Amino acid sequence: MGGELGRPLVCRIGLVGSAHPTVLAHPIHPLHPSTPYPHPTMHLEINNLTKQFDTRQGPVLALDDINMHVETGEFVCVVGASGSGKSTLLRLVAGLDMPTAGEMTVDGQVVTGPGSDRGMIFQSYTLYPWMSVQKNVEFGLKLQGVGPRERREMASYYLNVVGLTKFARSLPKQLSGGMKQRVAIARTLASRPKIMLMDEPFGALDVQTKETMQQFMLDLWNRTRVSILMITHDVDEAVFLSQRIYVLTAHPGTIQREVFVNLPSDRTYTIRRDRAFQDYREGIMDLLRGKTTPALVS
Amino acid sequence: MQAPIAVLWMMGANTFQVCCTFGLTPVTPTSPSFSTAPTASQGMKPSVFWRLADDIPKPMSTALMVLSIAVPFAIWWLVASLDLVNDKFLPSPLQVAQALGRLWTDGFLLDDTAASIMRVTVGFGLAALVSVPIGIAMGAFASVRSLLEPIIGVVRYMPPPAFIPLLIIYLGLGEAPKIALIFMGTVFFNILMIMDAVKFVPKALLETTYTLGGQRRQALFQVITPYVLPNIIDTFRINIATSWSLVVVAELVAAENGLGKRIVLAQKFFNTDEIFACLIILGVIGFALDLSLRGLMKATCKWAVN
Repeated sequence: MGGELGRPLVCRIGLVGSAHPTVLAHPIHPLHPSTPYPHPTMHLEINNLTKQFDTRQGPVLALDDINMHVETGEFVCVVGASGSGKSTLLRLVAGLDMPTAGEMTVDGQVVTGPGSDRGMIFQSYTLYPWMSVQKNVEFGLKLQGVGPRERREMASYYLNVVGLTKFARSLPKQLSGGMKQRVAIARTLASRPKIMLMDEPFGALDVQTKETMQQFMLDLWNRTRVSILMITHDVDEAVFLSQRIYVLTAHPGTIQREVFVNLPSDRTYTIRRDRAFQDYREGIMDLLRGKTTPALVS
Repeated sequence: MQAPIAVLWMMGANTFQVCCTFGLTPVTPTSPSFSTAPTASQGMKPSVFWRLADDIPKPMSTALMVLSIAVPFAIWWLVASLDLVNDKFLPSPLQVAQALGRLWTDGFLLDDTAASIMRVTVGFGLAALVSVPIGIAMGAFASVRSLLEPIIGVVRYMPPPAFIPLLIIYLGLGEAPKIALIFMGTVFFNILMIMDAVKFVPKALLETTYTLGGQRRQALFQVITPYVLPNIIDTFRINIATSWSLVVVAELVAAENGLGKRIVLAQKFFNTDEIFACLIILGVIGFALDLSLRGLMKATCKWAVN
């Protein structure tokens, strides 16, 4: 899998601003010339996961018997309406909450708490406001005890990957929403997680920036093939980005369907005009509306 | 014909040109909803002075700030020079300036100011040293909060000056009781305000730290602490004013020197001009402390300053 890191990035659409990574300069990190990625394989498995919250009105079942998996280099989305417990699901995988029943394993190891093997991107841009962009990206490595010289190089590399080298010395408050989220992504990638968890990462962005970021994310994934598990309520976004989609229905959150998206991996915005794309989107929308569509491949 | 022109004007000449170069016909709506000329509306009248939660022009703000000092000073001067009040009760600015000069040449001014500042520095310094770790710990750990909040909540409402007799019995008449009074009077408020600031650290920031591989200890020292640093400086800025009052209270009761002591002595000899002089010194030093802590904030926490 690691070999894919060396694949050249094909720049497909003119993305806004000079800050955008139209070309990713170094295909392979200078510090890792022969070992492109420290985790050549990854296997995330979720077994019979159930989460119940105790409220004043009594227990509420947020997630009921969830079974799913993510394999090396996959981009998997979970779509669901609000209240379907999709954020809860991601927090459980991240180890930020504990399940009521069931378990998650990463490479066979049971998740018992948060760790850098499961880097998380939040919807609220969680940059450290007192640190420069550079220091933000270095911070994960600093926490892990990486030396100053190496983490500076790693951070610079990933800032280049997300096209924000010019902003290395800026403070987060000087950046736009999309740029902040790119810093957060660079920071997570620099920590070299086995899987990147994304909780509605583009939910707070305006439509144009959102589209730019989706394309950016797809390009980034095509280049790095980092395994991604992303939560979104945006069906269009899920179909555009992922290879596989879990459709989550609410009250309680259960997996309604697993959808394989058989579209080319180097997608651009024009694919939204394709019939196949629209079929996927409408099919999943119908599932969320409570209809079952036999036409949908599953 | 006026309406479409107005609309074009509103769109701006550039928009018009861009539309043309792209071969788009600029919209010149004729529907009534668009052609309503901007009549004087029924809405809010514009105001500069009464702008709510908004800046005013710099010159205006400067002028008002000068007035803020100049007007009270002018009234004082006027009342004193018109001999409306006996100058034993209300000395003129000139007399106060002379008193200041007298206190300076006699060496009292420097000694007393230095004594008061030293007490505040030691008392408040100790309070700051103690309150930062306790405040952060109380904000960060619900356990520590449950343990300490009730007792601090009660003790902080006991007026510090009420402790003076006890402090004198315990610690005598030297520096110790004065420093202890300043310490007691500020430490609890420092702690509670820092605790509150910690509660506002976004949870997602801590969770991000964990998913980047951070441990609790690292989150506490490398995320929570720098995040609340501006709040800590602000807390100090607010509470150092209290310590500045308490030092005078302590010196009024029992002291050999200090600005409070100077005021008591001046009262004995009916030297109101010296009292005025001391009050002005107290005000100026307090204001300088405030300004320097603001400066510290600007220098160390650029990210938190607008």
